[in-house]
Formats: sequence, C-alpha cells, structure tokens
Amino acid sequence: MSRSPSPGSTRNRGAMAEGILEIEGLRKQYGPVVAVDGVDLSLKTGEFVTFLGPSGSGKTTTLQIIAGLQSASAGHIRLNGQAIDPLPPHQRNIGVVFQHYALFPHMSIARNIAFPLEMRRVPAAEIRRRVEEALALVGLEGYGQRHPRQLSGGQQQRVALARALVFRPPLLLMDEPLGALDKQLREQMQLEISRLHRELGASIVYVTHDQEEALVMSDRIAVFNHGRIEQIGASEELYERPRSRFVAGFLGESNFFEGRVEALQGELCRIASPAGPLLARRNGDLAVGDPTVVAVRPERLCLLDGSAAGGGGEPENRLEGRVQEVVYLGLSRKYLLRLADGQEVVVRQQAQDAERSGLGPGDLVRLGWRAANANALEVAAGSDEADGKETGQ
Amino acid sequence: MTGGEELSAAGRGAVWWHRLRALICVLVGLYLVAPLVIVLIISFSSAPFLSFPPPGLSLQWYDNLFGNPVWLRSLITSIEILVPTSILATLLGTAAAYGLARSRLPAAAAIQGFLMAPVVVPVIITAAGIFGFFRHIGLNGTLPGLILAHTVLTVPYVVATVGAALSVVDARLEDAARTLGASPLVCFRRITLPLILPAVLSGLLFAMVTSFDELIVSLFISTPRVRPVTVQMWSNIRGDVDPTIAAIATLLFGFSLLALLADHLARRRSAGGAR
Repeated sequence: MSRSPSPGSTRNRGAMAEGILEIEGLRKQYGPVVAVDGVDLSLKTGEFVTFLGPSGSGKTTTLQIIAGLQSASAGHIRLNGQAIDPLPPHQRNIGVVFQHYALFPHMSIARNIAFPLEMRRVPAAEIRRRVEEALALVGLEGYGQRHPRQLSGGQQQRVALARALVFRPPLLLMDEPLGALDKQLREQMQLEISRLHRELGASIVYVTHDQEEALVMSDRIAVFNHGRIEQIGASEELYERPRSRFVAGFLGESNFFEGRVEALQGELCRIASPAGPLLARRNGDLAVGDPTVVAVRPERLCLLDGSAAGGGGEPENRLEGRVQEVVYLGLSRKYLLRLADGQEVVVRQQAQDAERSGLGPGDLVRLGWRAANANALEVAAGSDEADGKETGQ
Repeated sequence: MTGGEELSAAGRGAVWWHRLRALICVLVGLYLVAPLVIVLIISFSSAPFLSFPPPGLSLQWYDNLFGNPVWLRSLITSIEILVPTSILATLLGTAAAYGLARSRLPAAAAIQGFLMAPVVVPVIITAAGIFGFFRHIGLNGTLPGLILAHTVLTVPYVVATVGAALSVVDARLEDAARTLGASPLVCFRRITLPLILPAVLSGLLFAMVTSFDELIVSLFISTPRVRPVTVQMWSNIRGDVDPTIAAIATLLFGFSLLALLADHLARRRSAGGAR
C-alpha cells in the first residue's frame, strides 16, 4: 500500500478545461445504411460516460470509430485537443476492452499485459514492475504465468482491463465488456470497474445495452437511437426528466398517455387525453394545441384505496381501472390495470403496501399520481412515434 | 419380460453392426495399403524384373538408384524444384489467404476461385496451358519454368489450409493488438502468424509432397536435361522395367509418410501449447 497502486492517478489532472474527447458531427454510412447519424459529444477528463441503446443504434460503431477500427464518413474527433481522425489505431494511444476479452491465446497473462508496453519500447525492468502493478490493480497477483484459457471469464476480463490500462491511455473505451458474464459476476465487475474509475481517475466511454449497468456506473449516460444521441445527462436526470418517449421507455419502464395540450400552467400543463384530463410537468417546448405524450413511471402511480400515501401529498391525477393481473416480484408487486377507455397501465407497489391492499384480478381500483412525477413530452411529427405498436390508441 | 427380450435383441443387432463395420474398415484399409506394401516388397527383390512374390531379397535396386547418375541427377532435380517451389508457394499462399480472409472486397470470392482453379481444372489442361505459354516466353525445359509451374499447382493447398486456420483466428485479436499499439506488420508477426503457424507448416509440407509427386505438368515442360524423378520413372516404366522403379516409389512413399508425420506432430504441439 506504500507505493501508489494507481499508475495513472495524477495524469491529465489540470491539463486543460476542455474535454479530453471532443466528437463533432460524426457520421458513418455503409451504402444506403446510416449507422451513425451526426453524433456530438464532449467528455470531461475523468468522466465516465455510457453509450446506452438497443443493438443497431450506432453505439458500438461510434466506439470503434473513436478507437480507429472503423473510419468515419464525416465528422471530427479530438483527443486532448489533437485531431486523431487521420491516425491509425496503433498511433491513437486509446485503451480498448472488448466484449470477448480478445486476450492473445498464445501468450501468458504477463505477456498479454506486457504487450502494449513492448510496443512502446518500455525497458524490460519497468515492464516487469508495471505488469505486477497492473495484476495487483485487478486482484490477480500471481496469475502472470498462466495462459488465458486457464482463467475464468471474469478473470479474463480483468486481464483485458489490466492490459488496456497498463500503458496509461488518456482514454479507455469499453465495448460491452461484461456482456459474456453471468448476472452475479457482472454486478461484481460493475463495482470493480467503478472502483478502478475512481482510483485511477480514468476517462471512460462504456458501451452497453443494459440500462441497469449504465445507471450503476456512469457519470453521464448518452442514450443512442437510430445512430443519434437521443439524450445525454446524469442518470437521475435521464430517469426523472426524459425528453423523448424513446428515452422514457428504454431507460426503465413507463406508462404513456397520448393527448393534446389544452392549457399551460407555469411549469405544468393540462392535457386532454382519451383517459381523461391530465396534469403533467412540461418537458420541452410545448404550446397549446400541440400533440403530446405523458410518461409516468409505474412506481410513481399509487393505488388510492384508503391509504393515499406514496407520492407525498394529494395526487392531481386520478383515474379508475380494473386489475387484470398481479405479478409477484419479491421486493415489489406489479399490477396490470385496464382503464375505462381500454388502455393498459402498469403500477408497481412496494411489497408492504401490496400486502396491505391485498388486491387481486377483477378488483376495481382508483389510481393517482402527482403532476410533478409525470412528464409531458414533445412528439416530433413522424419520428419514433411512427415506429409501430404504440401508435394505435 | 418382453421388454428385456426386445432390448437384448436390439443389443445383439448393435453388436453385429459393430462387427460388420469393423470388417468393412479393415477391408478398405487393406485395399488402400496393399499396393504400397507390394511395391515396398518388390523394391527389395533380387529378381531383375518386376515379380511378386520376389524370389529373394537384395538392396541392389537402391544401389542402382544412387549409383546410376541418371536416377541421382533426376532426384537432385526434383529437390531443386521442390525447395524453392514450397517456399514460394507458402509465402504467396499465406499472403493470399490472409488478404482474402480479412478483405471486404466483393471480388474476394472470385479471386479465391482463381487461386483454387489448379486443383479443380483437370491437370492435363493446366499442363497444356502452361506448356503453350512457356513456349512463348522460353521457359520450357528450364528449372525456373518448372519451379513456377509447380508453384501454381501448389499454392491452392497453402491457401486452403492457411485460409481454414485464419477463419478460426478471431479477427478481434488483431483489433486488440492494433489498439494496444501494434502496427499491421507487427500485429501479423506477433499475433496472427504464431496462431496460424501450424497451418502454414502444413501448407509447406503439402506443397513439398505435391511438387515431389507431380508428373503431368512436368512431363509437358521438362526435357531430358532437366528431368524430375517422376518423369524419369515414367520413361523408365515405358522402357526397360526393373525394380529400381519400386525402390524410387518406396522412397517417395517414405518422404510423404515423413511429411504427414511432421504435420501431425506440429498440430499436436500447437494443440497442447496455445489453445
């Protein structure tokens, strides 16, 4: 513990106020297919940004372009203020961790970790010292002489991490690094990666399609959809204040009520919907008469039978529905309700409250939610809302 | 009870089938090996003509083989062709296989087809083509001509074996090496080549055996002055047949056997070492 276990803890500190990574108007087109469609991003030094999105949303392609493994059709990337677009991957000095570890099977663990240092012509004695340090950093002391195939998936991923960190890159890219691990190991590794990020002050871009993973580790999350960043912000901001229906639906679960803006009331707005009049927070540029969709989290809905607790204060929105189904989830219970106009609504209740209410299928219930917990979102004409199943109503 | 009987009946059927299969395997094996064994025995014959079984044993045909300057000369010619051919074919074939495996060219399949053509097209046609072409540029009957022709014939074997190995090597290993600071050349030398080395050696051995064994193209473009051993055997068979031919065949057989064995050992080592 006397020697600093963190090889990069002081690097880049106070270098410059500008972001370590600046991406401007990045595009990638394969023939008629646009994989990345105008991505802009600025990463602060020491920041952990997650690219979250469904497969095919352009997040991995963006990462590969940053690494130099694919070329961009348009746009610019600067690392530490220097344009890296013309550089081949081996001159970019960016660490990359791949989903399937990509350890060299014909080399020992120590040789794997030494590889980037050998490429940089680091003296042998220092290589040995830094390999030891890197192994200690990921908790694999004494594994240096083994071969990759003798290690478990989690251990291999730690080696891949050590190998990508050992040459102290200013930026670390991680492409679904935990995708091949089972759930328990994944959660353990998430904490491990968070710890490394804190200890080393590394700047990290992390790609995943797992929203929980994104929430656990990120300083900021960039939600990708159709090759664009749909919204970028801190986890809480994205969860509580989504700006589009896609974000509200992809990050966590949401109930949606389509309607039209009737009146504006300061922060709030009144909406006419098939389910009835609704009051919700105005999220985005909405004017009277605009079409809108109201997003409410299932855990923000409360069932108003007797005890009106839950949201703290009287809910401004009240509807009636009939219980269709109750799903037992351990910590909580999920109710599937059908409203008078036929719309289905999901409500989540803590186990304690659920036991007290003792609701079952067929029961008629009143449900309500605070206006502050509902977001009225902009509906861009002919965008995602035209995607399919949710257009009905 | 009835269930048990059915079971034993089925079991008996399985045993019979097992025995029948073993018998078929032995017969096919004998069928394949018998001619080789007969040639091998004749090569040690004491009779001055091809007869089986031989009346007695002797090493005179091996003596004749190494003592007779015609045979020795042709053996040396064969080796002079084989060594550069196999090296050239391995270099070109490996480079081609790597390019094809990592290329996104739409023409890659067509190029692969062209490279593989010599094993698909009847050899006699390739031979006639090479003969016609070489006559124009004056390569017929020369050592470089034979080397070039044999290279064309052996490249497909290297492309096929190395290509198969490359399809198993994860291209992401190369991506990883490049992000870690390896230039494309260093990446190939440090990562790709070690992983496909058994296949490269295998291709080299195939090329050697194929070149040593090649008759038809050599027949077209060789002359009595530059004459590989297979062509010498051919003319010998048509003229005065004596068991020297069996001795040389046994040598060829031994060479192929050694090559196969080396290949097997190389693969075993790589399977035990790095996988």
